Amino acid sequence: MQDVENIVNGQKLFLKPEYQEVFKNKIPFEGHAGAVNPAKVVEVANWTTTWEYREKNLAREHITINPAKACQPLGAVMAALGFENTMPYVHGSHGCVAYFRSYFTRHFKEPTPCVSDSMSESAAVFGGLANMKEGLRNCKALYKPDMIAVSTTCMAEVIGDDLNAFVLGARAEAEGELDGTPIPAAHTPSFVGSHITGYDNMMNAILQELNPVEEGVEVVKDSERINIIPGFEPYLGSLKEVKKMAAMFSDKIVMLGDHEEQWNTPAGEYKLYAGGTPIEVAKKASTAGTTISLQKYSTVATAKMIKGSWKQNYATCNPIGLGGTDAFVMKLSELTGKPVPKELTLLRGQLVDAMQDSYPYMHGKKFAIWGDPDFLLGVVSFLVEMGAVPTHILCNNAPRKHWEKEMKDILEKCTFKEECNIWAGKDLWHLRSLLFTEPVDFMIGNVYGKELYRDTKIPLIRIGFPIFDRHHLHRYSISGYEGGLNLLTWITNAVLDALDEETKDIAKTDFFFDCVR
Amino acid sequence: MTTETLLSQHEAVIAEVLEAYPEKAKKSRAKHLGVDTPEGVKGACDATKSNKQTVPGVMSQRGCAYAGSKGVVWGPIKDMIHISHGPIGCGQYSRAGRRNYYIGTTGVDTYVTMNFSTDYNEKDIVFGGDKKLKAALAEIDGLFPLNNGISIQSECPIGLIGDDIQAVAKAYKKESGKPTVAVSCEGFRGVSQSLGHHIANDMIRDEVLPDNSYKKDFESTPYDVAIIGDYNIGGDAWSSRILLEEMGLRVIAQWSGDTTYKELTMAPKAKINLLHCYRSMNYVVRHMEQEFGVPWMEYNFFGPTKTTESLRKIAAFFDESIQAKTEAVIAKYTEMTDKVIAKYKPKLAGKTVMLYVGGLRPRHVIGAYEDLGMEVIGTGYEFGHGDDYKRTKEELARTTLIYDDVNEYELEHFVKKLKPDLVASGVKEKYVFQKMGLPFRQMHSWDYSGPYHGYDAFAIFAKDMDLAMNSPVWAHTKAPWESN
Repeated sequence: MQDVENIVNGQKLFLKPEYQEVFKNKIPFEGHAGAVNPAKVVEVANWTTTWEYREKNLAREHITINPAKACQPLGAVMAALGFENTMPYVHGSHGCVAYFRSYFTRHFKEPTPCVSDSMSESAAVFGGLANMKEGLRNCKALYKPDMIAVSTTCMAEVIGDDLNAFVLGARAEAEGELDGTPIPAAHTPSFVGSHITGYDNMMNAILQELNPVEEGVEVVKDSERINIIPGFEPYLGSLKEVKKMAAMFSDKIVMLGDHEEQWNTPAGEYKLYAGGTPIEVAKKASTAGTTISLQKYSTVATAKMIKGSWKQNYATCNPIGLGGTDAFVMKLSELTGKPVPKELTLLRGQLVDAMQDSYPYMHGKKFAIWGDPDFLLGVVSFLVEMGAVPTHILCNNAPRKHWEKEMKDILEKCTFKEECNIWAGKDLWHLRSLLFTEPVDFMIGNVYGKELYRDTKIPLIRIGFPIFDRHHLHRYSISGYEGGLNLLTWITNAVLDALDEETKDIAKTDFFFDCVR
Repeated sequence: MTTETLLSQHEAVIAEVLEAYPEKAKKSRAKHLGVDTPEGVKGACDATKSNKQTVPGVMSQRGCAYAGSKGVVWGPIKDMIHISHGPIGCGQYSRAGRRNYYIGTTGVDTYVTMNFSTDYNEKDIVFGGDKKLKAALAEIDGLFPLNNGISIQSECPIGLIGDDIQAVAKAYKKESGKPTVAVSCEGFRGVSQSLGHHIANDMIRDEVLPDNSYKKDFESTPYDVAIIGDYNIGGDAWSSRILLEEMGLRVIAQWSGDTTYKELTMAPKAKINLLHCYRSMNYVVRHMEQEFGVPWMEYNFFGPTKTTESLRKIAAFFDESIQAKTEAVIAKYTEMTDKVIAKYKPKLAGKTVMLYVGGLRPRHVIGAYEDLGMEVIGTGYEFGHGDDYKRTKEELARTTLIYDDVNEYELEHFVKKLKPDLVASGVKEKYVFQKMGLPFRQMHSWDYSGPYHGYDAFAIFAKDMDLAMNSPVWAHTKAPWESN
């Protein structure tokens, strides 16, 4: 029973003897192997760690287990929230929107605005036009957005709703209430690609809606203007740092899809919308001389549109790690015609200094890492720069073209390149087998690595998306020189924490439990 | 304030909220909002429309049928593998978020926090995915030999593209000899997660309850009960079970938190089914009553007053020996909960709460707050039906704002006007209200604490409410240089 002077929640309550008794009493009624044949559980648990199981597991084709990816509309919601006073609007069932909002909110610990038009059986039969007509008007009336960014769920895609016609129809019947409100619409079927594809499709739709290309009308270019598209970036600090770096070169560099403030509003009052690229600024995107994407594989369709339709200079950079940031800085220098500011050279020097201070702890250490394609290219580069071994690089949503080749090029520079493996299209249950058969020292990844940590005891360094069980990491940058310093700090200190763990046994290992490392 | 003034004040707030809507939506929403009082007159609990289509284009907090089936009813069954059948998202967003606690070796003999997905691609949509599903079932059995069955939880496209998952499941069941249950809980069905509960219940009725394989060796006692509609969030079912056992009953099945397939099949052997979450499992207890003659009884284990009341009600179904033991249990725990109340009530008395949750909690937790001297001034259901609202009337202690399927716009407005001291709702709402400087507790996940069912759990509930209400952090919002 609870001791009122020391009330404990479930964590310790269920360790009390009377609850252990409850667990014991329940067993005879249960039918799982742990209840009827615990020895079998041990036997099978051991079998799952073997090479034999690994082969069987890697041969799996039809069931995905513990994936490291999500679906398109999630990314569409992030893209939409990068624009000022914009409401993401999901044409489909409201259950999807409940999921997107919870998912982002659990990661950012912030509210996530997004509406749906609550399609149901009748919409499945008759199509979702009626929902959209009413939904867009209600959305505008209640939440007063300056732009409504429409994406779709798989339901709307399967029944084949004609999105653009629906938006036109809804606008025509809205008695003027939707006049002057841009309503970009993107097809974001969940059964194609992943969340980064949805980001791409929504970004593409928004930019096209705000920058209509008219036949025979020449857009007056401002060659000094540069657009930066961040991509599906869960690190708000990265957005901030990229903007800071860009501002050191020019005040004519704008971020398209800047969701930094939306998920970082102060206490005091609740505001539905915060920050974001002003729509007036986004409307001039096509006039820029160049657009730089910071996530090549999250902006494939957008890139095609910018190059083809806007006829704009297009570049990709990946400012994660030292080399990636250097390339980004040089690109900005090249495009603006300005020398690299002293401040950036100083920051670079400080990062390199820190890398040289800490390298012994990362050198030769083996890592397993998973995440989105561009994130992996960036963080793996950094691991290679530090002399670490990216033993298992797993990308569940690996793009079919080019990505693997790019990763191989990065690994070419790795001192231990023969030990590195790229696992495209594999999931985290595959990784479990890889970790048991070819173990590593550390894992880098999202919250779903937690169960891998429990099962394999390999420490998890939380870098990625989503992270639900640690707070505030998303506020930091992983991009730029300061982002590099954060990566270095997190990884090095995780290595040192593990070292302390391994050396803390009194009179056994604690001779190595040093106060100075 | 008199009842009349409160009543007219609340009605004015509703009228204000409705002003923002276009005509059609206004008319629809007006039927879902109202005021009720404990007195005899018929109020919003009788009149409120519920279980209706959500108005399109608003930020509803509702989920879908898949969420009701996979997320609520089937997902917690620990020794079965539940496939999220369709595209990748649904299974990922609902993975390991509900805190359905269980004991087992995850990935070996239990699987609750894992995500199994058939990860549909365009080809599966165009050509159908039945073959893929069949192959997926075989792969699962190859890699997880200790699973005691597989359920297939349909996502939206399945029912739209005409896949015949029932046929696949039937064939596979025959081939493998293992329970294989196809649940057509596509997200677009119905208006909320509620229809998903119903569909899930029906599949337990059709595919699980007829299985007699474990029943023949079962030795009944006169004191066998089953806990139905407890999802063991944060361990709720465990802190409930202990009380039932201490009063001399034998809990033979626990649905569906920390449950096994075998326990599911055994519930018809109970002398009585004890139903906590009425909304999500009333269908199957009604069925068990008709089919197997098992009576059922609702109970409420939130807060000592309701827990004691419920224990006595349950004991009354049994003999005097049980009733005597029950009184001893009540006496033993009341001593502790009295101390909890003495400790926390002075810090919480008179504070007001607005609730917005689902299932049973919009009415069931009112008593727990009252035990701490707190008043619930507004409550509503995400996916309730008329019978839920009727049951709510009995719990009201004062004039209360009633809101059905309330969306973010409305709830924000109501909170700003009614100014509660605490808001208790879900994760999507949490940070909205915390930003306003309002203490908030998540009442779906117990805000990563709990359990909240039973006497021991009430101590945690009281401690958590005190933590939320009396934390120094709420006093920091204004900078010292800002005027009030």
